[in-house]
This record gives sequence, C-alpha cells and structure tokens, in this order.
Amino acid sequence: METIFFLIITLVAIVSAILVITCKNPINNALALILTFFCLATYYVMLDAPFMAAIQVMVYAGAIMVLMVFTIMLLNIRVDATKKHSHKLIIGSIIGFFTFVNLAFVLFRSRPALPTGPYTGEMMKELGHTELIGRELFTTFLLPFEVTSILLLAAIVGAVILAKKKI
Amino acid sequence: MENLNSYLIVSAVLFSIGTIGVLTRKNVIVMFMCVELMLNAVNLTFIAYSRYLGNLDGQIFVFFIMTVAAAEAAVGLALIIAFFNNKESVDVADANLMKW
Repeated sequence: METIFFLIITLVAIVSAILVITCKNPINNALALILTFFCLATYYVMLDAPFMAAIQVMVYAGAIMVLMVFTIMLLNIRVDATKKHSHKLIIGSIIGFFTFVNLAFVLFRSRPALPTGPYTGEMMKELGHTELIGRELFTTFLLPFEVTSILLLAAIVGAVILAKKKI
Repeated sequence: MENLNSYLIVSAVLFSIGTIGVLTRKNVIVMFMCVELMLNAVNLTFIAYSRYLGNLDGQIFVFFIMTVAAAEAAVGLALIIAFFNNKESVDVADANLMKW
C-alpha cells in the first residue's frame, strides 16, 4: 500500500518538476513548483519527519512562493516569446543527464560514514518529532541557530537597501 | 518506510531536472525557481539519510537550508526587481554589462 502511494507521489513530483522547467507562463511554473513542494512534504511525512513537512509547507509553499508569485505579478511578466535555442536545450539536457548519472553513481556506490544515532520511528511517535528537533537545535546546534538570526538580519537589511529608488 | 535508495533516486531526478531548467531557461525568475527545486532535492537526501541513520543532524541541516533559502529569496527577488527597473526585462541575456 505504501509502495503504491510512494509511486503515485513520485509520479506527481516528477511531472510537476518537469512542468516547472517547461511551462511558458511564469505563474504556471510557480504553481507547479508549489505542487512539487507539497509532494516533498509528503515524502517527509513518510520519512517520520512531520515537523519538517510542516516547515516545508509553511516556509516554502507559503512564504517563499508567495514572494515569488507576488514578484511575477508585480513585474507583470507575460508569456516569454523569445525564440527557441535548440542547441542550448540539447546541451543543457546532456549536462543534466550526466549530472543524474553522476549523482546516481555517487549515491548508490557510497555508504554514509556518519555514526548512526539513537532516533527511531517509534521514538518519533512517542516523544514527538518537534520535541526531538527542538532539543537538538537548542543544545548541539545552538551557535549555528544564533548565527542564522544574523543571516536573516542581513537579508532584511539587504532587501530594504535594494528596494530603494536610487541604489 | 520505503528503502533508502528510492528516495535517493527521486532526489537525484529532481536535482537533474533543476539543473536542466537553470541551463535552458532564460527568464531569471524561472531560473530562480529551478535553484529552489535543486535545494529541495538536496533537502530530501538529507532527510532520507537522517531517517536511515537515526541521526537528527541532517534534519537540523535542512532547517538551516530553509533559512538560507528564505534569505536568498528575499534578496534575490529584490535584485530581480532592481534589474527590471533598470532594463525593463527579466531576460538573463540582457544582463550583459560585464560581457567582453
């Protein structure tokens, strides 16, 4: 049952990812990308990471894609009528294919060298995924967490500066 | 839970599709979306390995990647709007100021 579900989600994810790069209208690209994000959130739920799925939907499909759709509508981009470059398409596809071969080779032939941890699916269900993530985030990864706030501050300042009339 | 390899193959496919999109499209916003797609493919690999190893470090990494992606989206879209105000276009071929 779960295998069939996985296959359906994979089909939807790959088709919508292909739509992201083939649609002519940027709004359709954005909608297809949102569908891909929802499929990835489904994968996260299947991998016993419901907190990550919630963040995926809220941050990616919510915040980032709203920002993108907002920009597309603000700039009023029409369907791009630029002429096709078939050589570019061919070269890009070849490079993408070799990227896939390379990735598949590396992913299948390598074994992770990290030490295995104590977290299992039953533990996630018992204690709650959010609690475990929060415990890790505020103990082991406290310094990167604080540095992230500086990164966000820099992004806010940068966006405000770039939005001024005269740069 | 499915086995690890099926998640890895989906992640590799999504990453390759994102690469093809970045290399073939000329609309800068679509290229930006393809970069987001590649980031998400990497996130899927992180979470699959994290589940496989029983180690939450990968999911914390995904948390930070999402933060970086949000910051990148804010600054990148501001840059795209500034570029549009200067050139009246979102085509990357028009960004040729430093071309030889």
